[in-house]
Amino acid sequence: MSNHLKDVILKIWRQNGPQDSGRFETYKVDEISDEASFLEMLDYLNEQLITDGKEAIVFDHDCREGICGTCSLMINGQAHGPERSTATCQLHMRKFSSGAEIVIEPWRAAAFPIIKDLMVDRSAFDRIIESGGFITSVTGGAPDANLIPIPKPVADSAMDSAACIGCGACVAACPNGAANLFTSAKIAHLNLLPQGQAERYKRAESMIEKMDEYFGSCTNHGECEAACPKEISIDVIALANADYRKAKLKNRKFISRI
Amino acid sequence: MSTQLNSKIPAGPLGDKWSSYKEDVKLVNPNNKRKFKVIVVGTGLAGASAAATLAELGYQVDAFTFHDSPRRAHSIAAQGGINAAKNYQGDGDSVHRLFHDTIKGGDFRSREANVHRLAEVSVNIIDQMVAQGVPFAREYGGLLDNRSFGGAQVSRTFYARGQTGQQLLLGAYQQLARQIGLGGVRLFNRTELVDVVTVEGRAAGIVVRDLITGEVTSHAAHAVVMATGGYGNAFFLSTNAMSCNVTAAWRAHRKGAYFANPCYTQIHPTCIPQSDEFQSKLTLMSESLRNDGRVWVPKSPDESRRVADIPEEDRDYYLERLYPSFGNLAPRDISSRAAKRLVDKGQGVGPLKNGVYLDFADAIARLGIDVVKERYGNLFDMYERIAGENPYDIPMRIYPASHYTMGGLWVDYELMTSIPGLYAAGEANFSDHGANRLGASALMQGLSDGYFVLPYTIGNYLAPMLNKAIPSVDHPEFKAAELAARERFAGYLNIGGTRSPDWFHREVGKIIWDYCGMERTEQGLEKALSELPALYDEFKKDLRVTGSGESLNQTLEKAGRVDDFFQLGMLMCRDALERQESCGGHFRTEYQTEEGEALRDDDKFCHVAAWEWSGDPMTAKRNIEELEFENVHLATRSYK
Repeated sequence: MSNHLKDVILKIWRQNGPQDSGRFETYKVDEISDEASFLEMLDYLNEQLITDGKEAIVFDHDCREGICGTCSLMINGQAHGPERSTATCQLHMRKFSSGAEIVIEPWRAAAFPIIKDLMVDRSAFDRIIESGGFITSVTGGAPDANLIPIPKPVADSAMDSAACIGCGACVAACPNGAANLFTSAKIAHLNLLPQGQAERYKRAESMIEKMDEYFGSCTNHGECEAACPKEISIDVIALANADYRKAKLKNRKFISRI
Repeated sequence: MSTQLNSKIPAGPLGDKWSSYKEDVKLVNPNNKRKFKVIVVGTGLAGASAAATLAELGYQVDAFTFHDSPRRAHSIAAQGGINAAKNYQGDGDSVHRLFHDTIKGGDFRSREANVHRLAEVSVNIIDQMVAQGVPFAREYGGLLDNRSFGGAQVSRTFYARGQTGQQLLLGAYQQLARQIGLGGVRLFNRTELVDVVTVEGRAAGIVVRDLITGEVTSHAAHAVVMATGGYGNAFFLSTNAMSCNVTAAWRAHRKGAYFANPCYTQIHPTCIPQSDEFQSKLTLMSESLRNDGRVWVPKSPDESRRVADIPEEDRDYYLERLYPSFGNLAPRDISSRAAKRLVDKGQGVGPLKNGVYLDFADAIARLGIDVVKERYGNLFDMYERIAGENPYDIPMRIYPASHYTMGGLWVDYELMTSIPGLYAAGEANFSDHGANRLGASALMQGLSDGYFVLPYTIGNYLAPMLNKAIPSVDHPEFKAAELAARERFAGYLNIGGTRSPDWFHREVGKIIWDYCGMERTEQGLEKALSELPALYDEFKKDLRVTGSGESLNQTLEKAGRVDDFFQLGMLMCRDALERQESCGGHFRTEYQTEEGEALRDDDKFCHVAAWEWSGDPMTAKRNIEELEFENVHLATRSYK
């Protein structure tokens, strides 16, 4: 049965644009159903702000089913808030109580500049994928799908890594602002599969070096794994590091052969 | 008199049409392809696969998405799977069977030739996606696994856990990303289409708004592809993502592209019901739950006991009662309407009395909790996260919701709209699903259009344009469209009324849902057609958009989208009113069999209604394309 939370205090980061210094502003939601999702609470607040003639708070969101990876809020210092393996859009107000004070910030990372309020620019992730996060296979030339048998445990393991939604919580949670979990999840997904072998070492090298252009370095804090809404294991980082190391040798060898 | 539309279906036997089309199609020399620019709007399955493939062929491609990244498109949320006539299970599947199931599933309101082509290329899609590294489910021997889905008697659905849409989209996105990295595709993210530009009757390009700066700019091209999704959010509450909208398709419609069968919308029976008036969207629960769950409501509208205390004799297992042979697995449209009738009678359950129970108590008693957990554990967890109730103890509450639209921009066999040079792909077009789409067919159609159809058909249009100049962005038509777009957005900001765009969206959605949702009547549709223009007038006078047009403003973006939903809503109701029959997702109460099934009128309505813009949706002109069935027999759709 639904209950209502009363007097929820929200301290929300407002920033007019990338150049603005930004500040916290405090808002009060007098009453909200505990059935409401966290983002619906923000929708409700925005409706109030518009009624009062004020500008609505900008935040990124879309599917609200935890799969598109668009939503991105730091809630009380935790990426995606207090519920484990849950993206912000699937967090509900029943996790909070009346009178709660909730601090809401954007992802904070040098590689994710703030666009406005709670919205950040995550296009550095796209640049990493563009550098090698794919299997080259031109449309039309593919062999029959069952010609390449893939052992079930391999397919399952690749799927575990491929479940990444690209939200950026791993970067936001990392004290170094590193993107190793995101990058390695894609390397692991493709490098585990037989179809991915041809470009395996080139992929590891290009993606990791592209990542290093934007993001900080991994020092094995493990915060990324704890924040990941899809529970991607940091084991993928070990796998990617191993392939990167091998790539540095193998790729040199190939060059010397040419 | 209405215009007869030319669907350009190739001559010859059904099974040879696509191959003979490909043999005769005009080609562009590889070295000449780089002289052509193609714009692709939208980066979901259809858009990403089209943009990547066209760039691989050598065309210059500009891809546009209003998302921050192409990977966010709503294709990502599809759960169940993708159909393909591979017959890997050796259970008698074939291209013909997939074709026939799709035609029948669509209640005989789609084109034979298009659907057959879809079934033919379905097998190539699976090959292509496996080559891209999509981790489809596998058997222990390493070969691909399949599951079965509604409307089919074979197992032809390929899947990647409950995230098939995500994995397919990431596959297409990665292929697109490779082309972006290579320079074959220029990506414009956080950029929304605000108009389509035609010069001398041909598509010349688009006008877009940069969502971060508010800047309005023009882009010229030899051809434009609209892969911009469906319009299910016209209902406000739907399973669509928040930003799904009809604007791109609608702006094309206003520039001359016919809009086909807007009343064909699909309602999914198993979604989590609305929990409060602030709810922003609905979440779909996989239909597979109905295999083991029993659907019921209390017999009395005044029932106040706890669920467990309601004895069997006071429960109405209405699907089992009304449809004894199909029971809880009755087809989507029938189950949805039955739930609506009982909720309307006051027998609904839950705090807002707006749902029906889907009860697993018997399944748990019969199979044991471990088996139920193994089959449905992830869905039960998702339900608990959203509804806050444990479905192992308390029955789930479900209610139907809008989740797919079969209608869309009218296209011919080449996927070209009624504007030469303007194409529509994926959910944005109307072409393959008739009046009802089968499960696991949306992903198939998006990828079919983008990977295997458009790359051939676009060349046929471009080839004769070689070395001919196209209008530049300085052409007066571009300038006029830019000005109109700037004025439109400035206009929303200047109204200075009292109601937000969301408020209007909720209200317009309610009218469309009440009168043009699961059940439609002549009286209701006429009521909607009097209420919608009145509310639209209020929208134009009383809208309030705060903030400015010069920086990112989500309230302003929403205002433009709601404006277009108003106009589309009127056309949906007019289409539903004019189609005096029931078929698939379009159910007119006046036209039903004694068993409550949809009653088609093949003499009068075996056609596509393609609406032509006239300046006002209330006076749009209804053109028809007759549907000819040479290979299947028009029968009453029955799954009994």
